[in-house]
Amino acid sequence: MTRAPSNTSVAIHDEFDIVHVRHAARQAATTAGFTLVQQTKLVTAASELARNALVYGGGGKAEIAVEDLGANRTVRMIFTDRGPGITDIEAAMADGFTTGSGLGLGLGGAKRLADQFRIESAPGRGTTVEITMSVRRNAGP
Amino acid sequence: MTTTSDRKTAAVVCDFLDAQRETIVAQWAESPFFRSVAQDPDQAVGDSTEILRGLRKAVAAGDSDSPAAEGFSDLRSLLTALAAQLDGNEGVSARTAVEVSELKDPLLRLWLESEQDGELVVPGALLLSGAVDTLRLVLVESALAAAKETLAIQRDQLTELSTPVIKLWDGVLAIPLIGTLDSMRSQVATESLLQSIMTHQAKVAILDITGVPTVDTMVAQHLLKTAMAARLMGAECVISGIRPQIANTMVQLGIDLGEVATRARLADALAYALNRLGLQIESQPGAV
Amino acid sequence: MPSVPIVNLNGVLLVTIQEELLDQSVSEFESELTEKVVDTRARGVLIDVSVLDIIDSFLARTLHDIAAITSLMAARTVVVGMRPAVAITLVELGLTLPGLLTALSVEEGLALLAPPPGPARTALR
Repeated sequence: MTRAPSNTSVAIHDEFDIVHVRHAARQAATTAGFTLVQQTKLVTAASELARNALVYGGGGKAEIAVEDLGANRTVRMIFTDRGPGITDIEAAMADGFTTGSGLGLGLGGAKRLADQFRIESAPGRGTTVEITMSVRRNAGP
Repeated sequence: MTTTSDRKTAAVVCDFLDAQRETIVAQWAESPFFRSVAQDPDQAVGDSTEILRGLRKAVAAGDSDSPAAEGFSDLRSLLTALAAQLDGNEGVSARTAVEVSELKDPLLRLWLESEQDGELVVPGALLLSGAVDTLRLVLVESALAAAKETLAIQRDQLTELSTPVIKLWDGVLAIPLIGTLDSMRSQVATESLLQSIMTHQAKVAILDITGVPTVDTMVAQHLLKTAMAARLMGAECVISGIRPQIANTMVQLGIDLGEVATRARLADALAYALNRLGLQIESQPGAV
Repeated sequence: MPSVPIVNLNGVLLVTIQEELLDQSVSEFESELTEKVVDTRARGVLIDVSVLDIIDSFLARTLHDIAAITSLMAARTVVVGMRPAVAITLVELGLTLPGLLTALSVEEGLALLAPPPGPARTALR
């Protein structure tokens, strides 16, 4: 059974919003009881995807939810933008990220950090990226 | 599958449960089952009420034979908590069979005393009895899940304990990695190591893998990642304890540790570390 | 928009990034810093990131770029005090920043940037 103890939506329209998204992600990670390293990974992934939505997507929003799924606590983040969309998703995932040069989209990085990664994008139809990170719930809140 | 008469029975049983709720809850709260798991009488009443509610929900939905029924699912977290408090030594199954059956008796007795319509007496009793049996099943499942959870937590704690950090010198740490490095243990070991580097401000961290039986590509990758993270922090990792067989395997697998320094023996790694710190060991006259 | 304070310590520019920076602040900081390296003929730049609990790819690349730019100006950049969780995350991201000099603390970083000649080191292999 899925329960959502918390659910936040953050609009992404400017740089300040990237910071807002980070804070919301941090909150969610804390609520979910993540370790410091897991929190750091989650917030960093959120930052990557938020910047992506802003810079390449022309703005959009982030929806961040904390869920209880069986024995796990999961943070699910969905980033949507109404931008031009990505023509070649595979290339976008691999392109320029690890070389450290050029712009490179934050997608590859977010995928590496997350447990699950899903992307939907098409030219003219914007982009939706969903990632989750989970921890095992300990006895207690 | 519910027939019309089943639905009618269920409806009547639900009415009975609603009408007798306080009495049932009071009697359940007195039973050894609740007394052994509840912290105090008020909590026993609260727990009983919730369980009755879940039971009634399952009966109303016609699902009381199914552990997956929504009414029972609602109870899972409560049952898990109760199961966690049961004494595990005696084995959950035997104990719960006895104790949960204690919940049946008051229920059936009250049902018979409630003077129902003749043809509903038996179906209703069977329904109630079946519902409590299913409840027992759900409790056992919850207990098993709780036990698995405990084992997992204990395994984590064991993992943390088995990654000791030894300060060999000012600025030099040694971390003996022991046993098979699965993904989980590797991550814990890495985090622990890096935290120690920060705490001790250690410029060199020696990862000794003498106690690691095999080094495959995954293990090598973890070691590399640890070294790279340490480097970002301003520290250097040295890998020691590379036995000839391990070295052989690594070459066969094409594992390249890049710029990470490696040494066969811990002693050699220590010498390397001291050198990196600009220290030198001299022999003095009058040595033992 | 807050700018990052830059302190000149005898030819080494010390920068402490105190708080979460907006992208634009990061870019401005890069420009300001590199200009100052030229103006002061600094031999080194010390960037203290010990307060940061997040370094994402944007900031990481900026640090890398600063190091590359300063080396073209005959100065060396050292990043100090990176937190364990941040380091682990950057490695997971695949941003190991190989060309970047790093040190555990400001003290260690200054030692790295000490003016030559330094004490001779015996190589022991």
